[in-house]
Amino acid sequence: MTAITETHRPNLPKGTSTASRAHRLAERGVDTKLLMLLPAIVFALVLFVYPFSYGIGLTFQPLPEIQDKFGGGIFANYVAFFKDPFIFDSVWITMRLALPVALFNVIVSIPIAFKLRHKFRGKRFMSTLLVLPITLGTVLTAQGLLIFAGRQGWLNRFLMETGIISSPLPLVNNYLGVVFSLVISGFPFAYLLISSYLSGIDPSLEAAAKTLGANWKQRFTKVTLPLLAPGLATTFILTFVLAFSVFPSARLVGDPLGGTRVMALMAYRSFAEQINYSMASTIAIMMGVVELIVIAIVLLGRSFLYKGSTGGKG
Amino acid sequence: MSLTASAFDTLELKDVGRSFGGREALADLNLTIRAGEFIALLGPSGCGKSTALNCLAGLLPLTHGEILIDGKRIDVLPSEKRDFGMVFQNYALFPHLSVAKNVAFGLEVRGVAKAEIKRRVSEAIALVKLEEHAKKLPGQLSGGQQQRVAIARAVVLEPRIVLMDEPLSNLDAKLRLDMRTEIRRLHQSLGLTTVYVTHDQEEALSLADRLVVLREGRVQQIGTPTELHNNPANWHVADFMGYRNLLDMELTEVSGSEARVSGHGLSLAATLAQPAKPGDTVRMAMRPHDLNVVNDHTVTTGRNVFTATVGVVEYQGREFAVEVTTSTGQRLFVHAETAPRVGEEVTLVLDPARALVYQQNLDAGVSEEEREHQELAEVGS
Repeated sequence: MTAITETHRPNLPKGTSTASRAHRLAERGVDTKLLMLLPAIVFALVLFVYPFSYGIGLTFQPLPEIQDKFGGGIFANYVAFFKDPFIFDSVWITMRLALPVALFNVIVSIPIAFKLRHKFRGKRFMSTLLVLPITLGTVLTAQGLLIFAGRQGWLNRFLMETGIISSPLPLVNNYLGVVFSLVISGFPFAYLLISSYLSGIDPSLEAAAKTLGANWKQRFTKVTLPLLAPGLATTFILTFVLAFSVFPSARLVGDPLGGTRVMALMAYRSFAEQINYSMASTIAIMMGVVELIVIAIVLLGRSFLYKGSTGGKG
Repeated sequence: MSLTASAFDTLELKDVGRSFGGREALADLNLTIRAGEFIALLGPSGCGKSTALNCLAGLLPLTHGEILIDGKRIDVLPSEKRDFGMVFQNYALFPHLSVAKNVAFGLEVRGVAKAEIKRRVSEAIALVKLEEHAKKLPGQLSGGQQQRVAIARAVVLEPRIVLMDEPLSNLDAKLRLDMRTEIRRLHQSLGLTTVYVTHDQEEALSLADRLVVLREGRVQQIGTPTELHNNPANWHVADFMGYRNLLDMELTEVSGSEARVSGHGLSLAATLAQPAKPGDTVRMAMRPHDLNVVNDHTVTTGRNVFTATVGVVEYQGREFAVEVTTSTGQRLFVHAETAPRVGEEVTLVLDPARALVYQQNLDAGVSEEEREHQELAEVGS
C-alpha cells in the first residue's frame, strides 16, 4: 500500500495526507451536515442579531429634548441614564430584588436537592410539587399571590379571624410580593439544575470520605461543595438573569412606582408612556450590560474552581 | 517504615445479616478475623460479598447480628468513627484534590498536625511509588496509579482494618497481576488486617490467608486456599474453585469415601466429598487438570480411562486446554501436554481421588451447627 502511494505521489512531503479533500474537511467537521445549522442561523439573524443591532443603533438617536436636557450629542441617552436618578436608581432597585432572590433560590435548593437524592416514599410527589410552578405563568402566579396573600386574601383573613394579627400583613403590592413571585417561578429552575449537578457527583466519593473519618459537615465542605460549586455558579447566573428581567410580577404584585421600580418597568415606561424608543432601547441595553457584569464576576470566580469530572475515577 | 497497623486482637462478625426490602442479601455471616489476617470474600456477583463489606465499613446498617472488635460492639458506630480504611472498586478518589491532598484527606479531617500530615503523606506516597505524581490530579493518572493512590489514602491512616472492594477489577490483565503482588507485599510489610472482596478465585487464592465463599448471601465454606482448592464443601464452591466439569451421575456403589458413579455412558471411580447413598443422583466435579489426555495408548485398560472427541483446543502456554465431547455428547474440559488435533479421538485418564462427588442439593451440605463448630474450632486453633 505505502509503496504504491509513494511511487504515485513522489512530490508530496512526508506526513501529507493522501485522503481526498472532502474527507479531510469532514475530519475537521466541515461537511453537508452543516446545512442543518441553516434554519438556526437564519432564525438568529432575523430575530436576534438584526433587532439587537437596530436597538443599539436606536440608542444613538436620542430625542431632541433629551439632548437639550442632558447634552452629550448622540450619547445623550447614556448620559441621561447615569445622570437621571429616577432612571439610574432602578439599577439598584432591580439588583436589590434579583441578587437576594437568586441567592435564596440557589441556597435553598441545595438541601432539598440533597434530601431528594435518596429514594423514599412520596419522592415523586415531592419533586412534582416543587417543579409544578414552572408550568404556571408569571401572571397566574401573581394572580394567585394576590388572592392568597392580599389584604383581603385567605391568609390575612385566616390570621385575623383567629386573632393572631389585628391588621392585615402587607405581603403583596410591595417588595416582598415580587420576591415571593420570583422565588415561586425561579426556585424550580434552581432546584432542577442543582439536583442534576448533584446526581453527577459519584456517591462513592461521599462514602469514601465517610470511611476516611469525615463527618457530614466535613464531607459537605471538603468534597460535595467544591464539586458542586461550578454548578451552583451556573445556577446562580440563570436564576439571577431570570429575576433581573422581572417585569409582570413587578407590576402586578409589586409597587411599580416605588420599591419595585425595576429596569424592565423603566424601559416599558419610556417606550409606552413617553414614546421615547431610543431611551427605552438604552435602558434595555444597560440592563444587558449590568447582567453581563454580574455574570462576568461570577464566571471569573467560577474559573478558579475545579470543573473536571465529578465521577469516582477522577 | 513507621506506618503500622493499629492494634487489636480479633474482629468478630456474629450472625451478621442485611436485607433489602425483605430480600436477604446477606444472612448468618459468622466470621472471626485475627489481626494481621488477609481474608477474601469470594463469590459470583450478587452473592452478598459487597454487602458484607459495606456492612463492615458501616456504609450499610445491619439488619441482624453484631460486629465486635475485641468484644466491643462497633456495628453501632457510624462509618467515620470505625477507623477502617476502604479501597473502592472505582477508586473513589476526590477528583478536585491532588494525589497528596487525597492521601492527606483522612489525616486533615482528624485534625492531625501539619508537619505530621506532611511526613505521613510523603511516606504513604513513597510506599506506593507515586512520588513524582504527588501534585497531579487523579484524572491525570492511569488506572493502576489511581488504584495505588486509593490504597495509600487508606493505609496512611494506619487503620485497624483495610477493606478492599474488587480493587483490581477495573485494571487490565498485566496490571492486575502487578497490583496483586503489590497488595500482598503491602500486607506483608505493614501487617495490615485486610478484608478483600473479589469474584476472581485466582486472585483470592493467591492473596488470602483464608477465604469465605458466599452464595446467595450465605456462607458456603470458610477455609485456607489449599482447603478450598482441594476440598470444596459443595459443588457450588467446587464450580467456583475451577472444577469446570460438573456431571450429574448416579451413585452406584459406596465404600467408605470411595464411590462408583455411572451416567453419560461412563462408569467411573470417584471420591465422596459429601455423604450420599447408592441410588442417589449426585453431581461429580472435576478440574480440567485432573482429566488428562494421554498419548501413550498402552494405558487403555485400568480404571477411569475413556475416550472422547476433541472439539476445541486452546493454547495456554506450555499446555493446552481442550474441550472434548464424549460418546454420549457430554462436553468436558480437559488438559493436554501436547496439542491434539480437532476431531481426533483421544484417551482420557481421571484420577479417582480428584473426582469429587457432591449432593445435588446445595443447602443439604454443611448444617448450621456444623458450620459453627468449624468456626469455633478455627478460633481455638
